[in-house]
Amino acid sequence: MSLALKALKKSPWVFHVNTGACNNCDIEILDALTPRFDLERFGILLVGSIRHADVLLITGPVTRNVLPRLKRLYEQAPKPIKVIVIGACGCRCGIFRDGYNIIGPVDKFIPVDAYVPGCPPKPEAIIAGVVKVLGTL
Amino acid sequence: MDAAKYLFNYLIFPGFLFTAVVGLLATWVDRKVTARVHWRVGPPWYQPFADTVKLLGKEVIVPAGARATGFLIAPVVGLAAATLASAILWMANLYPSSSFVGDSIVVLYIMTIPAISMIIGASASGNPLGILGAAREMKLLFAYELPLVIIMLTTVVKVGSFSFEEILGYQSANGIMLGSVSGVIAFIVAIFCAQAKCTMIPFDIPEAETELAGGTHIEYSGAPLAVVKLNMGIMFFVMPIFIITMFWGGVSFAGLRILTTILKYVAIITIMILIKNTNPRVRIDQAVRFFWGPMLVLSIIALILAVLGY
Repeated sequence: MSLALKALKKSPWVFHVNTGACNNCDIEILDALTPRFDLERFGILLVGSIRHADVLLITGPVTRNVLPRLKRLYEQAPKPIKVIVIGACGCRCGIFRDGYNIIGPVDKFIPVDAYVPGCPPKPEAIIAGVVKVLGTL
Repeated sequence: MDAAKYLFNYLIFPGFLFTAVVGLLATWVDRKVTARVHWRVGPPWYQPFADTVKLLGKEVIVPAGARATGFLIAPVVGLAAATLASAILWMANLYPSSSFVGDSIVVLYIMTIPAISMIIGASASGNPLGILGAAREMKLLFAYELPLVIIMLTTVVKVGSFSFEEILGYQSANGIMLGSVSGVIAFIVAIFCAQAKCTMIPFDIPEAETELAGGTHIEYSGAPLAVVKLNMGIMFFVMPIFIITMFWGGVSFAGLRILTTILKYVAIITIMILIKNTNPRVRIDQAVRFFWGPMLVLSIIALILAVLGY
């Protein structure tokens, strides 16, 4: 394993994208980052700019309006980048699958490394998903 | 022979390598103390090194609207300047004979270059948020430099010289500056100026993660971002050392004084970290008013007291 990958495992900085979710998964992501779980122990930080990110946390089904933005965000991220989809909607569109403005789940448009289903998933489940992605590196 | 010695002093000790390692360790102390204030465990000691190695291994993106030369050169210029400031300061402390006339002025000037390089880099990035951050950084620079220069003058007035050698010699002969009234006032102002110079939280207005999403370094990725972070770590190291040299008797590696050196440094950064963790971010107009109002008045009082001999 190269040194850069080893370091990436020790400090994955996450960036958080909402592609049309109901905001519930976003609240759970912020819960996972609170002092109770203390993810900074593992070097996980929430960053404000996509250019600093190593992991994209995507919540929600992809709506027609957000698709070009999602593709641009993925292109703007410095590689290697890992994509984790949080919540049932991002995985399989969930209860919004018949919506007039929904054009599909996230993995139809950009490559996805892990899915964390649930409506919403618990913070423990989100952390387990991130750990599994880091295990595949 | 001289050239090799200068190169060693600039690149290894007490220049780049030493400063970078200690600066990164200082950012770890920052994150660890912050975590303990939050009642968390916090990251392991090697966290800043892991971050740096990771960023060096990532893709470097130059945005389409950016001027590539200015955008990529600016962080390196800042790093070179911060390293040079550290090298001059430590050489003057460890080997007083290497001090020269007016080196405190030189260090004061060089320490503004990292901020100016961030202004140049953010302006070249072509990002509106980055340019907003650059404008704020410029205003902040104007705000804190004025009281910083005046409190430096309080020491200079007492010692009667601009060189670090005489400042340190005066302090070892007549007691540290912190022992006098003017010294205490100047030290308080200096802590706030250091807070602004390291862009830590009450004055992290140019970065402002929650409103400008990174501000001046929003468009940096990969190796340039690593250099920017290293820059901040080094400034977090150099600025307290500058304050210690000016007001607290300087630093030394001789025998037991190495312990007091570390204690002085950790005391100053702990004060800065606690200020960071107990205050919200101020607006840029509030920051300028703070530095040109109360801080300026305090520093002028300190200067007048120093002239009167207190």
